[in-house]
Amino acid sequence: MKRKELIVTAINSGTVIDHIPADKVFQVIRILDLELSQDEIYFGTNLVSQKYGRKGIIKISQKYFKPQESDKIALVAPTATLIEIKDFEVVRKNNVNIPDKIERIAKCFNPNCITNKENVPTKFTVLQTDGQIKLSCHYCEKTTSQNNMVFF
Amino acid sequence: MKDRSLVSINDYSREEIIKILDIAAEFEQNTHQNLLKGRVIASLFFEPSTRTRLSFESAIQKMGGNVVGFSSSGTTSVQKGESIKDTILTVSNYSDLIVMRHSVEGSARYASEVSPVPIINAGDGSNQHPTQCLLDLYSIRKTQGTLENLEVTFVGDLKYGRTVHSLVIALCHFNTKFHLVSPLELKLPSAVKRHIKEANLTYEQYTDFSEVIPKSDIIYMTRIQRERFPDPLEYEKVKNAYILDNKMLDNAKENCRILHPLPRVNEINVDVDSNPKAYYFEQALNGVYVRQALIASILGLK
Repeated sequence: MKRKELIVTAINSGTVIDHIPADKVFQVIRILDLELSQDEIYFGTNLVSQKYGRKGIIKISQKYFKPQESDKIALVAPTATLIEIKDFEVVRKNNVNIPDKIERIAKCFNPNCITNKENVPTKFTVLQTDGQIKLSCHYCEKTTSQNNMVFF
Repeated sequence: MKDRSLVSINDYSREEIIKILDIAAEFEQNTHQNLLKGRVIASLFFEPSTRTRLSFESAIQKMGGNVVGFSSSGTTSVQKGESIKDTILTVSNYSDLIVMRHSVEGSARYASEVSPVPIINAGDGSNQHPTQCLLDLYSIRKTQGTLENLEVTFVGDLKYGRTVHSLVIALCHFNTKFHLVSPLELKLPSAVKRHIKEANLTYEQYTDFSEVIPKSDIIYMTRIQRERFPDPLEYEKVKNAYILDNKMLDNAKENCRILHPLPRVNEINVDVDSNPKAYYFEQALNGVYVRQALIASILGLK
């Protein structure tokens, strides 16, 4: 008999971030500051996915993401799906969208950029070339690649 | 262009670039025009400069304007920790337009966002130097009679040279064929090459200088700085590979001209100076006309 069970425990209410690239789960946890959360969190990685081969998943109780947080997730895990749950029912399901422009959520990689020297909020245009996401700084015009992205 | 800051060459369309060059040509014919009578231009050089600052100040004075400002931040409130924003807001009370050079990248863009008067970027760190770019374009058009369909060779430090980056991006408007000559460590960054690709133009990269000379309409030389190399041995290996001397120009095209943003150290041998193909000192003079054109058009006087 085939055994059907959830590998990662269901949550009553909150958000499931599904289809995270397997190697990005810990980065997603970090950028969302989930380390500091007091809510129940379950996560798994290297799980079998029909769509992507291997994937990661994070389930966070009582948490619903704001657009800015969803933008952050998109930059690190562009394939992610956000599933909002209330009383064990799915109430909303969205793929994250990579934004065209972002403000205040990431740092510029260039140490000599004005945003790293004075109190100036960062602004970037998001570039997508050859499957890579890069941030082009509105001020210093340098590009920050995915490996060098640091979020506030 | 009236009341608009010039921070990056990307701020100007092809048509706007041509418009400025046309106005600059008028100033070359008639350089003393009393357009700025009673106007005050601030010249804020937080970082030292010879050509850029003096040619701006010369441009302003030839138009009858007054200059206030400083040529190093040592004698200003910047030493007391004043922010760029506060300095710009203060100076904008005393001037109709601000020309600024600062070592921090993005400082000019930020200044243009907080300043009530227009800003002209005279260099922000390794980022942009749009007035140099416009005078380079002016020099190319003047010597070649056109900006279209030229073969332009860039030599030396293509990685850190901001004048190279701005000029490559601007030339993408004019169907240029790019030849890029540099040591492997100092190749043109991919962020700049992206503009060439987006314009559906082609570039070729070389580590050897000589083979490309006969193809070139313009040879744009730059200085290779020792401090760009983490390993001094690497610098020693390449330092003499990108030096232009008079003999190398024997098989250059008749219309070929040598440009250099200056200062030069040894990358153009002094024996080239008397060759009619050498154009770098005239290039520096063109900076005055281009800066006159920019100031006049931003203040709505042309």
